[in-house]
Amino acid sequence: MTAPTRRRLGAAGLGVSFALALSGCAGFGNLGTDPGVTTVTLATVNNPQMQDMAQLLPEFNKLHPTIKINMIFMEENDLRNAATKDVATQGGQYDIMTVGAYEVPIWGENRWLVDLTDLAAKDPAYDVDDFFQPVRDGVSVENRLYAVPFYGESSFLMYRKDLFEQAGLTMPERPTWEQVAQFAEKLKDPAADRAGICLRGKPGWGEMFAPLTTMVNTFGGQWYDMNWNAQVDQPGFTDAVQFYLDTLEAGGEADPVSFGFTECLNLFSQERAAMWYDATSAAGSVESEDSKVAGKVGYVRAPVKETEDSGWLWSWNLGINAESDSKDQAWEFLKWATSKEYAKLVGSTLGWSKTPPGTRKSTYQIPEYIEAGGEFAPLTAQIMSEVNPKQPGVKPQPWVGIQYVTIPEFQDVGNQVSQLIADSIAGRRPLKLALNQGQEIAERAGENQKKG
Amino acid sequence: MSTTVETTPTIEAPRGGATGRKAAKVELKGQDLAERKFARKLIAPGLVVAILITQIPFLATIYYSFQDWNLARPEERSFAGFDNYVAVITNGAFLPSVWATIRIVGGSMILSLLLGLLLAVLLDRNFKGRALARTLLITPFLVMPAAAALIWKYSLLEVNTGMINWGLGLIGIDPIAWNTDYPAITIVFTLTWQYTPFMMLILLAGLQSQSGEVLEAADVDGASNLQTFRYMTLPHLRTYAELAILLGTVFMIQVFDPVNIMTKGAGNTKTIAYLLYERAFIGQQIGEAAAYGVITVIVTIAIATAALRTMFKIFTEEAR
Amino acid sequence: MSTTVASRPQTTQPARQERSTSRFTRRKVTGYLTTLVTWILVFLFFFPMLWMVVTSFKTEGQAASFPPEFIFTPTLDRYAAVFERGMGLYLLNSLFVAVLSTVVVMALAIPAAYALSVRPIGRWQDGLFFFISTKFLPVAASIIPVFLLLRSVNLLDNLWSLGLLYLGINLPLAVWMMRSFFAEVPRAVVEAAQIDGASYGRELWRVALPMVAPGAAAAALICFIFAWNEYFLANLLTAVVARTTPPFLGSFVDGRGQFLAILSAASTIAVLPVIAAGWLAQKRLVRGLAMGAVK
Repeated sequence: MTAPTRRRLGAAGLGVSFALALSGCAGFGNLGTDPGVTTVTLATVNNPQMQDMAQLLPEFNKLHPTIKINMIFMEENDLRNAATKDVATQGGQYDIMTVGAYEVPIWGENRWLVDLTDLAAKDPAYDVDDFFQPVRDGVSVENRLYAVPFYGESSFLMYRKDLFEQAGLTMPERPTWEQVAQFAEKLKDPAADRAGICLRGKPGWGEMFAPLTTMVNTFGGQWYDMNWNAQVDQPGFTDAVQFYLDTLEAGGEADPVSFGFTECLNLFSQERAAMWYDATSAAGSVESEDSKVAGKVGYVRAPVKETEDSGWLWSWNLGINAESDSKDQAWEFLKWATSKEYAKLVGSTLGWSKTPPGTRKSTYQIPEYIEAGGEFAPLTAQIMSEVNPKQPGVKPQPWVGIQYVTIPEFQDVGNQVSQLIADSIAGRRPLKLALNQGQEIAERAGENQKKG
Repeated sequence: MSTTVETTPTIEAPRGGATGRKAAKVELKGQDLAERKFARKLIAPGLVVAILITQIPFLATIYYSFQDWNLARPEERSFAGFDNYVAVITNGAFLPSVWATIRIVGGSMILSLLLGLLLAVLLDRNFKGRALARTLLITPFLVMPAAAALIWKYSLLEVNTGMINWGLGLIGIDPIAWNTDYPAITIVFTLTWQYTPFMMLILLAGLQSQSGEVLEAADVDGASNLQTFRYMTLPHLRTYAELAILLGTVFMIQVFDPVNIMTKGAGNTKTIAYLLYERAFIGQQIGEAAAYGVITVIVTIAIATAALRTMFKIFTEEAR
Repeated sequence: MSTTVASRPQTTQPARQERSTSRFTRRKVTGYLTTLVTWILVFLFFFPMLWMVVTSFKTEGQAASFPPEFIFTPTLDRYAAVFERGMGLYLLNSLFVAVLSTVVVMALAIPAAYALSVRPIGRWQDGLFFFISTKFLPVAASIIPVFLLLRSVNLLDNLWSLGLLYLGINLPLAVWMMRSFFAEVPRAVVEAAQIDGASYGRELWRVALPMVAPGAAAAALICFIFAWNEYFLANLLTAVVARTTPPFLGSFVDGRGQFLAILSAASTIAVLPVIAAGWLAQKRLVRGLAMGAVK
């Protein structure tokens, strides 16, 4: 490129830049909005339910033409980082955020989210009592509601009915972990490239530790006792982790450290695992057309040992930023997106298997949903009403939450301990050492909690 | 574009081929004042901008490193003095992370340098479609690092569905549990794949800047290809390699995506960049993360000073 | 002299032909073999990219299947989904911030590098070291302080502040590279221009710079690549208005579903502009670096 040409280009570029700067434009993301229309920014995870919600936004616009919802999708960890940073520093960049059941109580206590109790109670048609009670408890602080759920899940055990028949095994209605481990060992078939069971081994407080903590709970262990003393090196916890590792070894998938939800889903739906212990919402994907095992899968409650049930409880919820300038408009959207009508809307427009699961009891009474839901829908409804986030394990605990501890440090504790356990799975670290180190890490967090 | 041949620099080869470059060595003394002043004017804007943009955040980081601030517990924010630094030095996470960084970055560096050299030598020849080959080889460097890590994780290294295990299966090797058994190697694969084009480009430049006449002379003298390569090309390439290593190291120290996406820090892959990220965003300890940052800078400056001043010819050459 | 690729004068061939024909044939065969090996290596190296592009035309189920499906009916469905999410906007933002920061970086780096090379000021080594040392601080350590700083002056979610940060990140790189290239400029040419009465500005912009134009192209391309692909700062400092392409790509990762095909589609679209720039510059790139990355 010759010098004069380059100079002309440069001048043109600078000219454009100046023009933009003068116009005060900070970026192209500002789609032209008419005056009188409020833009509400919604930061959300990229999961199937939210993708569906994006598709149905025009319906919301019909009802509320002066409110424009700008959905910003993010990967789950990025969302957590961005949203936490926003509320903790009062940035006010997002009006509505998708928050998990783990964050809501913490943020609610810090008053970073708007208290929605009165707003929700005001409208009888909204029927806030229709939500499953455990789910509601999970997003409330001292009975004040800080976010509304649009997606809920527990966990259960999925198994291949055909493989069980072939092997002459029967799955009891309420299996124990002992039984499941034995099934897994029998059904593991390296020659046929099939694992007995797929269990998450990917490091992460929400990955490996979701099923693992439920196992800890049902084995009589817990993360902390009522005085916030860490219990990681106690028998309940250590036995459960040892059992988890043994089951992985004898009947689990190869390369377990890589396996989170998506990887297990791929494995199971490609006929390469006989069982899968994971989220109730997995059933939707397992029974979809893309899956090779659709129609061959049976569902039972999460395996137990010393408790009645051991499913976990997780919900994705919509919360309003305390710093938002558009709280009323935001609430209109929240109301719409978590209403009974919305569930019917999704079902009739996009397909009944896409109805957001696990939040409202009424969803499980819609005839079309029951039909499409097959075996797993009624079971899910039962599990969602039976789980007890206040005391999921044998002993009492000072927080509300099944597979997580509702303290800010738990993300870090859970992540680090899961990394240590992952090293044990890979044989790089003896389990006892890993759990002792885990105990130290958990103890430090417990100290913080004792102070506060 | 210059039309003179003199733009092919030679370093150690005899003066044949270069016209008069070595003759005019600049002397620092005797520059007149005006020149110096002008030189300062030239560098001033860049320097000012660089200082403002890079040092202000650094100063802010130092400031926050003296605070005890947990993002999720805002009411407990307080001044912490040197507590954070003490915590960093004593909690035992920094040193393993330094080793992890050295191992992973060092391994990737060596591999990508060797691979880059091989590819550069191969691309140095004239063959049909050479430009296409070169463009194809550059592409790993162009793709977004996070996307590259995701592709490697899900499409290639996945134990059941990955292409690598599938390929190994074709020649009769059992599937390898890459992430469980060899997590550091998975990171090294990804980094090497991404940075080999970069090394290749620099080394290729070095190869092509060799004086043709010198090589011809060696050939006429009866040297085999291998001897020419070993005694003439490699020394010539040394300075190019040093530049490549320097820049590559600076890039790779900051590398975070492969660890975040593939191993999450398990298996001795917790590099400094990932450790810092973990402290800041998962541990939510802003002060501690800032202290980590400051210590990292100090350590890196120490190592870099030693390395640069002693090993690298770039800095020990005299200015022209 | 070839202007496309810097290649040394091919004086070897004629000399060889004088030797025995069998040796010539052997050389030719070796030549073909080497070319074959080269293409095999190129294929292996390019394969992950190729696979990514292939995956972008599959459905999610096909993308996750095993054994991998090589034969399938391609669909543009995933690309449609990507654009439905508004990729155009993010591409525009990325283009703006990458081009702007690169232009400003080069505008600042060229004079600074020239001052450090052809007209060296005292303690130039320290100056250079200072520049590169600014890249030693891991981004994660300073990101919250930066965030707070920007928030206090209301410059969050703003392409200008993002561009400024990219400027700070790329400036050391550009200075470093340009200094090396300028150091190769023959003193004689510069002196000739001075004798001709050229002003200092003319000396830099009209005489020295054109001689290192390919090198400048190389440095500019590398700065562009880094600004285009930068994920961390873009993710945390932009939200709605100024969001760039990398966070957009990251948003396709799905914790509860399959996403490999749609992610591949988005990545392919995101890499096309850079590949185009790379193709245009690859000839200049090598020549530029050959012009004297180091003395």
